[in-house]
Amino acid sequence: MEITTRTFKSNSSRALADRELQTALKRATTAFVEKRAVALETLEDFEPLRSYCGAVKAHTLEYLDSYLEELIGSIEARGGQVHFAGDAAEVNRIVTDLAVARGVETVVKSKSMVSEEVGLNEALEEAGVTPIETDLGEYILQLDEDVPSHIIGPAVHKTKEQIVRLFHDKLGTALDADVPALTAAARRVLREGFLGADMGITGVNFAVADTGTIVLVENEGNIRISTSRPRIHLAIMGLEKVIPRIKDLPAFMTLLPRSATGQKASSYVSLITGPRRDGEPEGPEEFHLLIVDNGRSEVLADPKLRDALRCIRCGACLNACPVYQRVGGHAYGWVYSGPIGAVLDPGLLGLEATVNLPQASSLCGACGEVCPVKIPLPDLLIEHRKRAVEWGLTPRPERLALGAFAFLAGKPAVWETGTRLARRGAGLVAKDGFLVGEWLPVMRAWLRERDFPQPAAVSFRERWRRGLKDES
Amino acid sequence: MRVALFATCLADQLFPEVAVASVRLLRHLGVDVDFPDRQTCCGQPAYNAGYHREASEIAVHHLEVFEGYDYVVLPSGSCGAMVKTHYPELLSEASKHYGRARDLAQRTFELTTFITEVLGRTEIGSNLRGLKVTYHDSCHALRFMRVSQAPRTLLKVAGAELIEAPDHDVCCGFGGLFSVKMPEISAAMARGKLEGIGASRASVLTSTDAGCLMQLQGSMHRAGLEIPVKHVSELLWQGIAGV
Repeated sequence: MEITTRTFKSNSSRALADRELQTALKRATTAFVEKRAVALETLEDFEPLRSYCGAVKAHTLEYLDSYLEELIGSIEARGGQVHFAGDAAEVNRIVTDLAVARGVETVVKSKSMVSEEVGLNEALEEAGVTPIETDLGEYILQLDEDVPSHIIGPAVHKTKEQIVRLFHDKLGTALDADVPALTAAARRVLREGFLGADMGITGVNFAVADTGTIVLVENEGNIRISTSRPRIHLAIMGLEKVIPRIKDLPAFMTLLPRSATGQKASSYVSLITGPRRDGEPEGPEEFHLLIVDNGRSEVLADPKLRDALRCIRCGACLNACPVYQRVGGHAYGWVYSGPIGAVLDPGLLGLEATVNLPQASSLCGACGEVCPVKIPLPDLLIEHRKRAVEWGLTPRPERLALGAFAFLAGKPAVWETGTRLARRGAGLVAKDGFLVGEWLPVMRAWLRERDFPQPAAVSFRERWRRGLKDES
Repeated sequence: MRVALFATCLADQLFPEVAVASVRLLRHLGVDVDFPDRQTCCGQPAYNAGYHREASEIAVHHLEVFEGYDYVVLPSGSCGAMVKTHYPELLSEASKHYGRARDLAQRTFELTTFITEVLGRTEIGSNLRGLKVTYHDSCHALRFMRVSQAPRTLLKVAGAELIEAPDHDVCCGFGGLFSVKMPEISAAMARGKLEGIGASRASVLTSTDAGCLMQLQGSMHRAGLEIPVKHVSELLWQGIAGV
C-alpha cells in the first residue's frame, strides 16, 4: 500500500471536500459509537476490566521474548509450524515461498491488517498466486482496487450507494439491488473461491502462549471456512498479539466485541490449536503461524511508546475521534489511522515521514477514554510532538514563535506591553466585535472558515488595577 | 483562606468579563480573592505542541507567582488540567520544582468545582429562572479534571433550564494551536457542533472554558447562528447581580 502520511494535510482537505465520504463517515462512526455505548451499558465492570486487560498486555510486553518462546513451543508441540519475519519483504518471501512450494494457486484471505501493512496481496499476485479477500468489506475493496480505511470496517469510507454501483459494474447486480442481494452476489463468488483454494490466510486476534491457541473473532463466517476448508492455514500476526494464558481470554473477549462492533459477542469465535489431528473429520493438514516484527521491536524497546503495542485493534479510538470522524482513515496515509495510527505509524514508519499525524488531534482525550487496554493515547501523541521538536522536525516560524512566547510569559511587564500592543493592532482590523483581517498571514488560518472575536480594549489586569481590586 | 484568581490569558486578553464575574462571584460567596498580577499563561500551548523546555520555564514562573496561596481558582478546565495533570509530569520527580508542582496541583481548582466542593455551596443566590441554557463540556474539564456536574448543578439550582445537546461532550475543535495548525479540521469540528446547539433552542450557550466558547462563537457568527455565548461564571454572576 502506498504510504501518503507526508501529505496528511492535503489528504484531509480532499476528504473534507468529499461529500460522499462525509456521508459514509458520519453514518459509520455514529453507528459504531452508539452501538458501543449500548453494549457497554450492560457491563458494570468496564473500568476494572480494562485496567486488567491493559495490565495483562503491559506485562506481556515486558516479558515478550519469553511469552513468544512459550507460544512457539506450544504451537510446535501441537504440530504447527512457526515462522518469523523481520520486515515486510521477509513476510512476503516466506508466504509466497510456502504457497509456491505447496503448489497453491488460490488463497482465500480473511481481514488482516498486518498483511495490508506489508502489501501481501501484491506479492502473491507477482508470484502467480491469486488472493481472494473474503471479508465482505475487504472483498469490496479488492473489487474496487481500494485500500482499507478502518481496522474493523475496512470499507466504511464507501456509501451503500457507491457499493451498489461497484457491484453493478463488476458483478452485474441490479442498480436497485438491496443489501441482501449484494451480499448474496458476493457470497456466490466467494463460495467458489473457498471451494477452490488450497490455502487460507488469516490474521490473529490473540495468540495464547500456554496452549498455543490462535483466537479469531468475526461475524461473517469467512474465517471459519478459510481455516477449515483449504488444506493449509497460515495465520499472520504482529509480535504483540500474544497473551500469556487461556484464562486471560474471557476478559479480552468481553471487551473486544463491545469496543469494536458494539456486540456482546461476535457471531463466530474460532480457537485454533494446531492442524487437523488423526481422527478429526476436518481442518487443515498444515498449520503455520507467521510472527511479524516489521518495526515493532523498536517500538517495544522504546519505554515511552511501548504502550502502543497493547492495542487489540478494536477501532474504538477511531470511531470516538472527532478528527477521524471528519477525515476518515485514508487521510492518515497508511494502514493504521485515527489516534492509534497517529501513535503507532510514527513508531513503525519513523517520525520524519509521519510528523503531521500526531498533530492531527485537539487532544480532546476521547480516544484514551474508550481504549479497552488503557493505552494513554493523548500522552503518546504529545510524546511524538515533543520528539518532533527535539529532532528539529517542526517549522522554523513555529519554533521562533513558541520561543518568543515562553520568553514573554516569564517577563510579566514585557508580556503586558506586548499583549496590549497586539490587542491594539487587532482593534485596527476589527468590525462589529470580530476581526476582519483575513489578508493578514497570522489570521488567515483562523479566519478562512470562522470568525475571531475582537480582543478586549481593556484587559482584565487593567480592570483589576483600575478599581476591581478595591471593589467591595 | 488566601485565594488567588488565575484569570488565564484568554480571559485576561479576550474575555475580561469572565474573570471579573469570577472575582465578583467569589467575593459574593465570602472569599477574599487576590489577583497576583505577575501571572501570565500556564504554558499549555507550548506543552501541547511539544515544546517542553519552554513549557517548563513558564511552569516555574507560574509556580512562583502562586506561591503562598491556599487555593488557586481559575475559570477554565483546560488551563486547570495543565497545572493539575501536566505540571507534575513536566517538572518530573528529578526536578527540584517537582514538590512545588505537586503542591500547586493540589491547590488549584476550576471555579465551579471550587464553589461546590471546597466551599460546599450549590445554592449561591443566583437567579436564572426561565433561562434556557445549553452546556458544552470542555474536553479538558470533562476528561482531565472530571468537571461535569458542578457547573450543571450550579446552573440548575439557580433555576436555569438545562437543555443538553446530544453531542454536548464532543470536542469543539479548538485544541489551542491545533486550531491554527489544522484549521480546516478544527473548523469542521466546530461546524459539527452547531446543529446540536441550534436544535437545543437554548437562549445561551455556556461552558467552563473561554477557548471552546471563542471557537464556537466564531463558527456560529460565520454561519449566521445568533445564539449568545456566555461563560458559566458570567451567567451565575448575572443571576446574582440581575444584569
